[in-house]
Amino acid sequence: MLAIGLSHYLTVGAILFVLGILGIFLNRKNIIVILMSVELILLSVNLNLVAFSAQLGDLTGQIFAMFILTVAAAEAAIGLAIVVIHFRNRGTIEVDDVSTLRG
Amino acid sequence: MSPMNWTLATPEIFLGIAGLLILAGGVIPKKETFFPVSMAVIGAFVVTAVLVLGQGEGTAFLGQYVSDAFSRFAKVLILLGAALTLVLALDFNEKAGIGRFEYAVLMLFATMGMLVMVSANDLMSLYIGLELLSLSLYVIAAFDRDNPRSAEAGLKYFVLGALASGLLLYGSSLVYGFAGSTNFDRLADALGGGTASLGLVVGLVFVLAGLCFKISAVPFHMWTPDVYEGAPTPVTAFFATAPKVAAIALLMRVLAGPFGDLAAQWSQVIWVASVGSMLLGAFAAIGQRNIKRLMAYSSIGHVGYALMGLAVASEVGFRGVLVYMAIYMVTSIGTFAVLVAMRRNGRSLEQVDDLAGIGRTDPAMAMWMAVFMFSMAGIPPLAGFFGKLYVFLAAVQGGYWVLAAVGIGTSVVATYYYLRIVKVMYFDAGTAPLDARPAGLTVVMTATGVVTVLFFLFPAPIIAAAQVAVAAIAG
Repeated sequence: MLAIGLSHYLTVGAILFVLGILGIFLNRKNIIVILMSVELILLSVNLNLVAFSAQLGDLTGQIFAMFILTVAAAEAAIGLAIVVIHFRNRGTIEVDDVSTLRG
Repeated sequence: MSPMNWTLATPEIFLGIAGLLILAGGVIPKKETFFPVSMAVIGAFVVTAVLVLGQGEGTAFLGQYVSDAFSRFAKVLILLGAALTLVLALDFNEKAGIGRFEYAVLMLFATMGMLVMVSANDLMSLYIGLELLSLSLYVIAAFDRDNPRSAEAGLKYFVLGALASGLLLYGSSLVYGFAGSTNFDRLADALGGGTASLGLVVGLVFVLAGLCFKISAVPFHMWTPDVYEGAPTPVTAFFATAPKVAAIALLMRVLAGPFGDLAAQWSQVIWVASVGSMLLGAFAAIGQRNIKRLMAYSSIGHVGYALMGLAVASEVGFRGVLVYMAIYMVTSIGTFAVLVAMRRNGRSLEQVDDLAGIGRTDPAMAMWMAVFMFSMAGIPPLAGFFGKLYVFLAAVQGGYWVLAAVGIGTSVVATYYYLRIVKVMYFDAGTAPLDARPAGLTVVMTATGVVTVLFFLFPAPIIAAAQVAVAAIAG
């Protein structure tokens, strides 16, 4: 049976991270998808930290992951609030419509 | 492991408690309390600055927090910048219909985040400080919430800022995994030999990318012009000053401290960012008609000059960066005081051409604006010249001839658009005079203008303070 080691966790973390980045840049539909991509990036970081923490036998990584979870919640709240005021002003949350400021 | 020693962090603790009390004091009264709350926040900044000046040295919170000459230098600059940019907002926000007390409270919490950032001695406290700053900035960028441009600025800043935090965190997780610690002192020990595994170098590059976003260095600058243009002018003034100083100080501490022995690796990355920022700052600003957008490109250029000192990775270079950022901050605040004062018939103006003719209608303001523009262009004997002198000196001493040559070339190009503003003010025919400006703006303009003009008489104390500050991180 295949043993699951650190490198497997890191690979999953890297895949999630790349998916998150692609989600921000390739997504042309709507801003909520961008918020989800940001969460995906933060989760990939948490996975990395917890895997390293287990590997090193050191609790720091898990504490760091707790902080990231907390901040991610605050960040999501602020992000949604900003999306709401943008929607009130423009009546749409399509990414392509975020383009008043160009120069 | 150092003990808790929490009394060392008295300035931050005071500012945090003051913020909560001021927030409560602003919510309870029935009527709007923007002005008294702003005054209370400025008072809290002043008290915090006094506490910072009397702060002891050492580490606290089990090594998470450090206080030294470097953190004191940066904190005093940050508090000064935050207090002055809040003064700029007093009258503007009332007239723009955004005179709500939350503005001042958000600035207070952003400032507290910056103080934590420059005192961070661990990747964890770095992240918490940076996020406290960023989350407050996302909100105040979108503070004029009924204005679509402000909302869009907030949205763009949020998306790209969250991405930057993600890059920084991913880098931090790799650094933690491959070096075995997040503490800066223990990282410095672990990386002492100057050899680094591939994972560590990748982590370092991600951390650098995340921080370059925050200081808007090329190639992570794309949010800057849009956010600077869309956000209300006093918010732009705040973005361009205190947070830049804090992020550059943080970058210096991270690179000189834990990664000090990997200078060969990060110096090249900073070199590229520096050259790119200088070139973009010089050339992209030329065609700009909106003065806030022009200032955005100008600030990208100035970050490029500051990074030049960082790329040299010597004590002279680091000292040059600190002096450069101090001078840049003072000059920028003065410039933005003029931009905030641009108002005709009650409407705020943002185009370069709107300055036409103020050389005749408002000679005092035109004179100070000319002083700031000459200083940013680096014309002696104004302060901006000395800022450039010290970083160019470091680059030449370190043998970075290409950097120095690009710096001088882009300075010449940038002079074109700074002088164009002076030409518009004095030689173009104006329409009507601007509205009378409030006394607060005149005070800020005059104070920063006098410092800019007379810097050459008293450079020694500032240079000496920067020298002591740098010795604390690089010595």
